[in-house]
Amino acid sequence: MTAPANAGRRVFLVRLTQGAALAASGGLVWTYVLRSEARASPFALRPPGALAEPDFNALCIKCGQCVNACPYDTLRLATAWDSRPIGSPYFLPRETPCYMCTDIPCLKACPTGALSPQLKDIRDARMGLAVIDIENCLSWNGMRCEICYLTCPVRGRAITVERRTGPEGTHARLVPIVHSDHCTGCGVCEKKCPTQEAAIKVVQADLVKGDMGEHYRLMREGITPGAAPPAPAVPPAAGPDRRPAVPGLDVLNQGL
Amino acid sequence: MSLNRREFLKSSIAATTAATVGMPLTAEAQATARGGDPSWHWEKGVCRFCGTGCGLLIASKDGRVVAQRADPDNPVNRGYQCVKGYFNAKIMYGKDRLTQPLMRMKDGKFDKRGKFVPVTWEQAFDEMERQFRKAYAEKGPTGVAMLASAQKTVQEGYAINKLFKAGWRSNNIDPNARNCMASAVAAFYSVFGTDEPAGCYDDIEHTDTMILWGANMAEMHTVLWSRILNRRLGNPNVRVVNLTTFGNMSSDGADLEIIFKPNTDLAIQNYIAREIIARGAVNWDFVNKHCVFVTGPYDIGYGMRPTDKYAFPAERDVQAKELRVKLDKYEAIAQRRKEGEVVEQKNTANPAAHWLITFDDFKRAVEPYTLDFVAELAKGDPDEPLESFKAKLRQLADLYIDPKRKVVSFWTMGFNQHVRGTWVNEQCYMNHLLLGKHSQPGNGAFSLTGQPSACGTAREVGVFAHRLPADRLIANAAHREFTEKQWKLPPKTLNPVPGSFYAKILRDLEDGSVKWLWVMLNNPFQSHPNLNHWLRAAREMDNFIVCSDAYPSVSAKVADLILPAAMIFEKWGCYGNAERRTQMWRQSVRAPGEARPDLWQILEFSKRFKVKDFWGEQRVPGLKVEGYPEGRLPSVLEEAVRMGYSPEMTLYEALFATPENTKYKWPDPVGRKQPNSVAELLGDGWFPEKALWQEYVPFGRGVGKDLADFDVYLRDDVRGLKWPVVDGKEVHWRFNEQYDPYVKKGAGFEFYGKLFKAIPRGDLDKVTDPTPVSVAGKAKIFYRPYAAPVEQPDDNYDLWLCTGRVLEHWHTGTMTRRVPELHRAFPAAVLWMHPEDAKARGLKRDDLVWLESRRGKIQVRVETGGRNRMPRGYVYAPFFDEGVLVNKIVIDAACPISKESDYKKSAVKVYKA
Repeated sequence: MTAPANAGRRVFLVRLTQGAALAASGGLVWTYVLRSEARASPFALRPPGALAEPDFNALCIKCGQCVNACPYDTLRLATAWDSRPIGSPYFLPRETPCYMCTDIPCLKACPTGALSPQLKDIRDARMGLAVIDIENCLSWNGMRCEICYLTCPVRGRAITVERRTGPEGTHARLVPIVHSDHCTGCGVCEKKCPTQEAAIKVVQADLVKGDMGEHYRLMREGITPGAAPPAPAVPPAAGPDRRPAVPGLDVLNQGL
Repeated sequence: MSLNRREFLKSSIAATTAATVGMPLTAEAQATARGGDPSWHWEKGVCRFCGTGCGLLIASKDGRVVAQRADPDNPVNRGYQCVKGYFNAKIMYGKDRLTQPLMRMKDGKFDKRGKFVPVTWEQAFDEMERQFRKAYAEKGPTGVAMLASAQKTVQEGYAINKLFKAGWRSNNIDPNARNCMASAVAAFYSVFGTDEPAGCYDDIEHTDTMILWGANMAEMHTVLWSRILNRRLGNPNVRVVNLTTFGNMSSDGADLEIIFKPNTDLAIQNYIAREIIARGAVNWDFVNKHCVFVTGPYDIGYGMRPTDKYAFPAERDVQAKELRVKLDKYEAIAQRRKEGEVVEQKNTANPAAHWLITFDDFKRAVEPYTLDFVAELAKGDPDEPLESFKAKLRQLADLYIDPKRKVVSFWTMGFNQHVRGTWVNEQCYMNHLLLGKHSQPGNGAFSLTGQPSACGTAREVGVFAHRLPADRLIANAAHREFTEKQWKLPPKTLNPVPGSFYAKILRDLEDGSVKWLWVMLNNPFQSHPNLNHWLRAAREMDNFIVCSDAYPSVSAKVADLILPAAMIFEKWGCYGNAERRTQMWRQSVRAPGEARPDLWQILEFSKRFKVKDFWGEQRVPGLKVEGYPEGRLPSVLEEAVRMGYSPEMTLYEALFATPENTKYKWPDPVGRKQPNSVAELLGDGWFPEKALWQEYVPFGRGVGKDLADFDVYLRDDVRGLKWPVVDGKEVHWRFNEQYDPYVKKGAGFEFYGKLFKAIPRGDLDKVTDPTPVSVAGKAKIFYRPYAAPVEQPDDNYDLWLCTGRVLEHWHTGTMTRRVPELHRAFPAAVLWMHPEDAKARGLKRDDLVWLESRRGKIQVRVETGGRNRMPRGYVYAPFFDEGVLVNKIVIDAACPISKESDYKKSAVKVYKA
């Protein structure tokens, strides 16, 4: 995953200044708009390459260049009535998803790096993550639909179809599964989903994704062989005994 | 509906009352009914779309279909459905539903150049009648025609067939099924002497090997595919093979994918036959008892016009092959001739002729089809190593031949829409028969069908230019006589000359020999290949075109009069699916506005004509049949009067509202208070759907096509019945003594079909003894050679174009594109293409391109990814999109035997728009 989410703090500050300078020309109202970043909504799907939300809001100068550059009119600017910072770009996949232009024109148009130029391949974009409501998904209910899978631009990786057998003499179910390591969050699946309210939706990944932690490796992940054993610790040089108190000793010596 | 759905689920106890008034009886079906509002009325139904024939439950309230679900009790789909089927309940409610007759008018009068204006049914029928009489007076019975449909109900097909053939004495009625499964029919006739498959869907659970030939079942027979996958996944020994010209969704679930070059399926089949013989695997017991070997002529043309008079300049080089063909290297080897030899196509008039040959001849004929020869010829993916392809062919032969394996071959349009469609169907039986793997549970060649009632309506009722009900033929004097007796017609009322087949009707329109055309329940001006000709013929020739449709389709747009039609659950009906299952439904709701059922349109229009208008002498140019005056149909009026008809009687009274039929009264208890728009609109107290059914069933009784009585199919415990229904029992496997009461006791198997069972003897090239020999009770093992497609890519048109459907849409999209959800899922056609092919032309995904052939050009967007994986040199486009109209550029070559168009092999070029 090459999410440019952790742009260095320094870069961030420099860019922020630049952004502020640009915006200053916009007058008082514009300054207000810029400061409204504090109201950042966790629900906005941003254009490809967007930095993590606080950084993005800090850098985005609401210039609308990305919106102008989008050939599909996917991107729109938040209005005063939106829960999103006014003037910031976002998209609603059920209306118009991101069609994943290979040349990423929106990103190229961004003057501030709020859409990070570190994103080179659109398939590395992480605008959000598709989530399936398996209670309402047609395929999960045995219908032969699979439209999300069929229309997924990263078909076969971001969405796969698993075959689940039924009892002998019945029908198999072909159920779609989303894989977060490939899903770009483009939202084509949400757009095309044929249920009345989409049974697959793109949300910001951190809203739904868990994290197992670093200490444990699942069986399917295997173990990287051949890692060198850690070097033996260098024995401490002789000197005055400055060992800290033995942990637990105080409890042990407390008596019953 | 959806807002309250969860509440309904919660209040399931209240809903039990719905189950008692509704039809479902079983516990599971009752549970289904509980899932809805207690005020909903549930009826059983059938899916409107493909030939699988999935069962539905349809709920209506206040005259509107409000819900549906898959029928858990229907053995076809057992509660499963595809995403198209899921939207049956919505297809009636598109925003542009036609609700009143529309006619082209200028200054208050009909005018071919006028604009569509709403008119009354009376006005519509007045003009339709005036135009009919004009065309009939000028051209006789061959001057009028109908393009009919395999999506009609059985009763609609039966009524219009009778009106044309008995009333108007015209055989110019042919269904869109011609372009769907005519090749399958031709092979059923030539091999078994009777139409439709021996096996049934239960074969899936009985077999361990399923071979798909040109059938992308994963996308086109979706629910059967999930049944196949379940069999495959639950049984590690089961193998699925996908033979196709490009990688598709079925490949994703197959154990073996074989990509072959167009038309080389003919060679692969012969390779398997050669292997069966070479490995000593012929089941001699079966073959000796039940089969004979036959072959036929090779020089049969390609089903195109024999003249270039109507061809566009660019079409002329290909059209010329209809007359003579220069054999290429492979054809020469395959047909034991010399490369470059020019073969006059001498048998275009009698392509179906065939004669007995010896097994030694047969063996000699398949001898050239060695693995080396076939692999070199057939390998379809230029990027696949030859050795890998050879290994796959060997594996395929192993699977067929393995004596421990049961094998089912499935096919659809890849075989049927094929310039040698009949041949390749026959070849599939060839291998199953050689191995004795046919007509047994889990063993058999199974022809899937495309449309919901291709079998039930088009084929069984015989709504074809050359057919009569229950496997009877126009050209057969005894069959005509039988039909005349059943229909109580004076002898020689029926026209003995087969009418124009589907493509020919359109060609007749182009050359002015058909002047009046009724298009019903299909969309020829989008679905027939080489459209530019027919669109021009419709709008620029002096003719009158009526189109009965529910939506403004392309065919409606080019018509002169549009009749708004009722849709599936707005009428009573009956469909017959691919496994011979006949399923009926009651009407749930009434059609909106002035829209009316097709059956009413047929019956009402028949009231405008009298017996004397048609049963007098009629001119039929070219008629030359024993017992008939040359060029004329005799007058049968005198005999009609003797039989009790009056010349002043309307065709409605003479053919439909007969004393026998009007005994079936509406309302009828079987109706259970459901509406019947046809009976209500006619208003004369009879029940046309039931009466016509009861009039129709005797055609099949005793000849292996037995259907049950009308009321049986509407019983709560019946989810369709597979014919023949003998003594109330269905037949699962025909021709097999264990299952089929028509087979003689002790015979084991008997292929008892009666057609083409007396044939001459000959050798591989010709008839040597014309005396007919009886082959009664036997199936025929055909030798058919490889033949090259008539049009192939060259330097100019350098790509193969294949066309077809997509999962989300049904045919021309008239219904599915009105369902917003399906439209959103697949809004416009795309052109699937290999990324390298795109790159070589400076194209990338989503670019707008021109797709051009000898016949025209269209614009479409490129898709280099997605569900289909095209080999280099191949492109695929679906035909549902009227904004693209891919059929403008598809060649209208056809199988010369079946007259079914080949939609799979056009040569095209692609360049940036």
